[in-house]
Amino acid sequence: MSSETKQILTTDGIPLEVSLKKAEKKNKIKAFLLVAPLLLFLVITYIFPIGDMFMRSVDDRMVTNMLPKTFKAMEKWENLDELPPEEVYRGFYEDYKLLAENQQHGKLGQRLNKEKNGFNTITKKLFRQIKRKKIDESASLKEQINKLHKRWRDVEYWQAIKRTAPPYTASKYLKGMDMYFAADGSIAQVDEDRRIHRILWLRTLEIAFFVTLFCFFMGYPIAHLLATLPMKYSNLLMICVLLPFWTSLLVRTASWMILLQQQGIVNDFFVMIGLVADDNRPEMMYNKVGTYVAMTQILLPFMVLPLYSVMKTISPSLMRAGKSLGGTPFVAFWKVYFPLTIPGIGAGCLLVFILAIGYYITPALVGGASGTLISNQIAFHMKTTLDWSFASAMGLMLLTGVLVIYWIYNKLVGVDNIKLG
Amino acid sequence: MSKNPEFVKFDKVDKSYDGKVLVVKDLQLDIAEGEFITMLGPSGSGKTTCLMMLAGFETPTHGEILLDGNIISNIPPHKRGIGMVFQNYALFPHMTVYENLAFPLRVRKVEKDEIDKKVDKALSMVSLSGFETRMPAQLSGGQQQRVAVARALVFDPAVVLMDEPLGALDKNLRESMQYEIKHIHESIGVTVVYVTHDQSEALTMSNRIAVFNDGKVQQLSNPAELYEKPVNSFVAEFIGENNTFNGEVVDIANDKCKVKLANSEILANPISVKSKGEKTTVSLRPERALINPTDKMDNMFTGKIEEVIYHGDHTRVRLNLLGSSEFILKVPNSTSNLELKVSQDINIGWNSVDARALDPK
Repeated sequence: MSSETKQILTTDGIPLEVSLKKAEKKNKIKAFLLVAPLLLFLVITYIFPIGDMFMRSVDDRMVTNMLPKTFKAMEKWENLDELPPEEVYRGFYEDYKLLAENQQHGKLGQRLNKEKNGFNTITKKLFRQIKRKKIDESASLKEQINKLHKRWRDVEYWQAIKRTAPPYTASKYLKGMDMYFAADGSIAQVDEDRRIHRILWLRTLEIAFFVTLFCFFMGYPIAHLLATLPMKYSNLLMICVLLPFWTSLLVRTASWMILLQQQGIVNDFFVMIGLVADDNRPEMMYNKVGTYVAMTQILLPFMVLPLYSVMKTISPSLMRAGKSLGGTPFVAFWKVYFPLTIPGIGAGCLLVFILAIGYYITPALVGGASGTLISNQIAFHMKTTLDWSFASAMGLMLLTGVLVIYWIYNKLVGVDNIKLG
Repeated sequence: MSKNPEFVKFDKVDKSYDGKVLVVKDLQLDIAEGEFITMLGPSGSGKTTCLMMLAGFETPTHGEILLDGNIISNIPPHKRGIGMVFQNYALFPHMTVYENLAFPLRVRKVEKDEIDKKVDKALSMVSLSGFETRMPAQLSGGQQQRVAVARALVFDPAVVLMDEPLGALDKNLRESMQYEIKHIHESIGVTVVYVTHDQSEALTMSNRIAVFNDGKVQQLSNPAELYEKPVNSFVAEFIGENNTFNGEVVDIANDKCKVKLANSEILANPISVKSKGEKTTVSLRPERALINPTDKMDNMFTGKIEEVIYHGDHTRVRLNLLGSSEFILKVPNSTSNLELKVSQDINIGWNSVDARALDPK
């Protein structure tokens, strides 16, 4: 016989591979066209916004654009421990004068003030001098500006300006972790009493973890019942699980507010059965308790449904086999049933945890000060301080966190083992 | 060592699921040690319920079940020490074959060496040595079945229950597994309670067969007796094929009775009829009626061939006989066979001892 690698030909003499490709091409194009709208949708609504968010979070071109001459001159500033040379002062003066003419000088002052406290005052002083035309452009600008305020003679302020030169910065990310670039460019920690973000990150992880845990311990028996009860009962139970799911999130959170407030139904009940005194009603809302209770209830279906779909496929005869072979009910459950539900547990926990870590409405309404999460902080910067770049940075940090969790999960359990139904 | 003839005993067992209908009625059944007994019946006849009660997954509504003289109704399944093979094998899909077989031994805290030995032995018994590390999903249906059998036997249970274990296999595999299970039973002498709705399976494998219908044991006897001497028309019809004639007893002597059909009379063997005037259904196995019999037979009639169906080893002939066009004959294929043609008239004869007059349908 001829060599084994001999090409197989079709009856027309065309190599089989070529012929196959030709035959499949049409199908491939069709398949691509079918998914094309989704692909486009994903690009427009997902990839593009995330890219934009990232750009926003590192974008620091405002100052770069405002002070082009300054930064050009600063390239020649060699000894950074001493005040910059005359050219830098001149460049800064010219840039600032242009900004003042365009009414943009205020923005610069605010921005620089964020970099180093006290900038606002001294830039305003400079502005007034320029307005009154008290600066002699033919003389040394270094001397004149230095005379305006002692801070102009402090090299740290000039270093601060230089730090804003690069068009991109990671400072927002550092801020999200309660760190900042110190005057010498190294990374420093915020004072201990001002480290609010780290507390929020840890609290977010903690609440997401415990909510997942609570959902697991409550959802597992429910899912088991759903999977094993006769049809007519399990349908009813399924509706009970899904009914809250179909109700608006806001309505559900509001009803938890009615239940949990100090004059609310739960407290009334505790007083009625004598568990707590009427004048000593516990706070169950506007703190962590409220967040835990409401989020567990709201995220429970996301645990129950994947578990249910996995348990439904486990034949009841497996448990029976376990018992008939001599395993106690517990051994049969632990050695036979439980390992088979792990794909469902994985899917449910991952789903609940990832949803919980970015939860917003519920903690915002019932969380109070001690029950809010990182997403509430992001919303705060989006809506109140309008520091979108910081909000974007934190949003991306959250996204990265989720991806890291997903990666760890994949290493531990394997994503192939997830079953959503 | 004498065998205990009442090793497993159902004592007046009733079972009802809803408090309205009895699924099992007043069941009285003794199973001897080392016996292979089959519960045979149509679906819904209560046979699986009996098995589940014996395994401990259902509790009797009334009555007791005894195992080796001890009442077991209140003992949970895992303490009964009864092996069970399930309909869909119920192998643990996340464990290897070895782990599946080791499971009953591990929960009994058997030592590692001992486990290895026993698993080895059980696997070689079902000729699956070398499959220890496979997962159940990597095995064929027949292999899974064998693992399930090995697992039910590996911890040396006194009784093994099998709930339609061969139902999911194709015909050839099912037949070879029947022999295999039968041989395993013969070689280790364990008591087997087997549930099936397949009569040929029951006839092939069992020492005794309990035919279930309507929650009751209709007949309990060995395969030959069950086939040859059914005690009522349900058993006659359920086991094998039979030709039936409905009529009325007009005369009855010691071992013969005369049954009047619509327009003729036949002689039959009175089994459940006692007196004249009783309605009866006469049952006759197709192979007991002969064409042009050479011997003298006490029932001789002429019928017309309606249909001839070739079956390889035999030919089935449907006749119009005594007013019924559903009379079936089985003619073995031999060289001396006559040419059978549709609408031909032939003479048929059978002995009255083979025509059993049973309860009316």
